Amino acid sequence: MELSGAEIVIQCLKEEGVEFLFGYPGGAVLHIYDALFQQDAVKHILVRHEQGATHAADGYARATGKPGVVLVTSGPGATNAVTGIATAYMDSIPLVVITGQVPLPVIGSDAFQEVDTVGITRPCVKHNFLVKDVTRLAETMKKAFYIATTGRPGPVVVDIPKDVTDPNRKIPFEYPKTVSLRSYNPQVRGHRWQIKKAVDMLLGAKRPMIYSGGGVVLGNASAALTRFARLLGFPVTQTLMGLGAFPSTDPRFVGMLGMHGTYEANMAMHACDVLIAIGARFDDRVTGKIKEFCPHARIIHIDIDPASISKTVRVDIPIVGEITPVLDEMCEIINSGDIKPDTIDRSGWWEQIRQWRGLDCLHYDRNSERIKPQFVIEQLYEVTGGNAYVTSDVGQHQMWAAQFYKFDLPRRWINSGGLGTMGFGLPAALGVKLAFPEADVACVTGEASIQMCIQELATLLQYRAPVKIINLNNGYMGMVRQWQEFIYESRYSHSYLETLPDFRKLAEAYGHVGMQIKTPADVRPALEEAFRLRDRTVFMDFITDPAENVYPMIEAGKAHNEMRMAPGVSDTRELA
Amino acid sequence: MRHIISILIENESGALSRVAGLFSARGYNIESLTVAPTQDESLSRMTLVTLGSDEVIEQITKQLNKLIDVVKLIDITAHEHIQRELMLVKVLSVDNAARQEVMRLVDIFRGRTIDVSPTTFVIEVTGEKSKLDAFLGSLESGSIIEVVRSGVTGVMRGERGLTL
Ligand SMILES: Cc1cc2nc3c(=O)[nH]c(=O)nc-3n(C[C@H](O)[C@H](O)[C@H](O)COP(=O)(O)OP(=O)(O)OC[C@H]3O[C@@H](n4cnc5c(N)ncnc54)[C@H](O)[C@@H]3O)c2cc1C
Ligand SMILES: Cc1ncc(C[n+]2csc(CCOP(=O)(O)OP(=O)(O)O)c2C)c(N)n1
Ligand SMILES: [Mg+2]
Repeated sequence: MELSGAEIVIQCLKEEGVEFLFGYPGGAVLHIYDALFQQDAVKHILVRHEQGATHAADGYARATGKPGVVLVTSGPGATNAVTGIATAYMDSIPLVVITGQVPLPVIGSDAFQEVDTVGITRPCVKHNFLVKDVTRLAETMKKAFYIATTGRPGPVVVDIPKDVTDPNRKIPFEYPKTVSLRSYNPQVRGHRWQIKKAVDMLLGAKRPMIYSGGGVVLGNASAALTRFARLLGFPVTQTLMGLGAFPSTDPRFVGMLGMHGTYEANMAMHACDVLIAIGARFDDRVTGKIKEFCPHARIIHIDIDPASISKTVRVDIPIVGEITPVLDEMCEIINSGDIKPDTIDRSGWWEQIRQWRGLDCLHYDRNSERIKPQFVIEQLYEVTGGNAYVTSDVGQHQMWAAQFYKFDLPRRWINSGGLGTMGFGLPAALGVKLAFPEADVACVTGEASIQMCIQELATLLQYRAPVKIINLNNGYMGMVRQWQEFIYESRYSHSYLETLPDFRKLAEAYGHVGMQIKTPADVRPALEEAFRLRDRTVFMDFITDPAENVYPMIEAGKAHNEMRMAPGVSDTRELA
Repeated sequence: MRHIISILIENESGALSRVAGLFSARGYNIESLTVAPTQDESLSRMTLVTLGSDEVIEQITKQLNKLIDVVKLIDITAHEHIQRELMLVKVLSVDNAARQEVMRLVDIFRGRTIDVSPTTFVIEVTGEKSKLDAFLGSLESGSIIEVVRSGVTGVMRGERGLTL
């Protein structure tokens, strides 16, 4: 088969089984767009801003586990994509981002729409390529998909100069079946001896804790984690990125940990004597004050990336490897050994946890006349039967969604944790809905975040991808306001959005259904109505209590046992 | 502590900037960095001298290993090793006595005079960093016109090598 560079790009996408290509055209990629026009195996989704393309591809990837694919032009197309690339990088999401580049002969001459895309994206990609020769294009595409999806996943940028896609230069095409890179061999099997040692440590624990993270979702290890945790019967806490990997409705789940984690999760972290971290990276939002992190615990850490191990917290037993085989091996050793998980009596530990739980740290005022944002999420959970895909933006609403929507399945909770990118939620919902047209997809957002990629409302209509937007409108950049209240003596410097659009009209202008909900009694009916409108995108503008804060909260530099609790919730720390 | 990390890296454009970028982005220290192709044209050998606590050095080697272009690396300071640096020094030396003195120092430090003009010498010295520092220290300070140092390179002693 003889193909031009432009055709090769598309052919490679077909070979990789790519369903959707999220993109936006421009001069440097017009040859590729022309090749795209002449086929229909790969469906192009025309976004309204390149940031939206990257987030939509990212949402698609998080929900499906398959790589998200993006096509943008050189210069501003590429720079607009950078926020989305960095978002994916921080959360280890597999993306392949194809960027057009100016023709090879003019690279370096400050040509029209030239930027050094490889240079700009280098610190926020797993790897990137500049393709200098059409004969290497297919091989490079193959490598890009391979690198993006194996080991610790991440975004890969393939920068293609326009002349490399020249439609008039055809070369023989064959898609490589395999790829081997002498410099890249992600390790998959954990070290047997380390695994054995870890099992001994776990079985000897009096106050054990399982701390699992996004790696369990990324590595599709949810079933293995659930088997492991149930076999041991240990309490489980999950990071923001791990939610759903272990069922939130399981009694062993003590809630999310960290800055806005539950009282019981954080207190248990502080008190535990053996901690096993599974696909989690000891982020500073999780550890709080490093010096006082799990002060009584010996730590086991399973991670596929050696660089995640002992990066911020030194661990006692590192295990580098893929999660499922490691946990399965642990279960096997436990099942075949003499010491049973319940040989040590841990009823005292569970009693302690029960007492911490009794504090009801997520308590909020249910009798308020204003709509409480927590209430909206609870109702959303009920109306969707806990089965929706929930994307979110960044801020207080994100934390409430994480705290109050009880995810029982992985890949259902889709948010930007590492970079914390406002604007992520709406385009991500688009990507999810395209992947699962029959599923309920909700985007929990705030009036500030939603405006950062609001233009994608048009894309939702164009591709008939109806999602439900839950705008928790508190009139403030609530998360910023909360910090200003606590840390800057309520000096609300530029965190109030004085001129908000009429979101209902805005939704209508984009061809969707708009609703505004002002009283608690209307919350449930509005949600029910919105989800009944199966083929419409509904923008629900919930006017919520502007003074509500996210609790508990561990302020920067504080330890796990130094939480600020909601008013009316008293601390029972002395019980510990 | 000071560590010398030897790296085999794909001889691709951009590979060097990935390493340099990693150090600046993560706030690691680089004392010196040398790079040149090896007998295998597809590979470059890089020698990187860095300072840091054991924890930092561990992260540095892990992060370097994570770069797709890095094929293999070793911290040669963890082994018996030899390190060398090449230095070229141009000195201004006009009167006879001073010229004699420079020649004597070159001799003591086993250097070589590789260019001579009526008023200057270019001297080549190789050795460990401390030797080069000592040589510079013994020259009359005002006489140095320029100093060019290659940065440190090194290998492990014995049969073991950093090879594929
Ligand atoms: C406003 C805001 C507030 C936040 N508050 C909190 C909070 O209270 N609590 C909280 O937890 N987070 C919070 N976060 C998120 C936080 O910033 C981090 O993104 C998050 O804690 C990181 O989650 P993680 O440790 O699970 O790591 P991830 O970023 O999900 O990393 C996954 C880890 O798993 C490894 N891995 C990947 N694939 C595999 C595999 N196949 N096998 C083995 N290992 C693998 C990776 O190498 C990596 O180390 C907040 C974010 C925002 C924006
Ligand atoms: C792109 C971007 N800019 C700035 C921030 C800092 N930031 C974090 S939360 C937040 C406020 C978000 O406000 P809103 O979307 O209304 O959510 P709320 O906290 O009110 O629920 C800001 C500005 C960010 N995370 N992302
Ligand atoms: Mg707000």
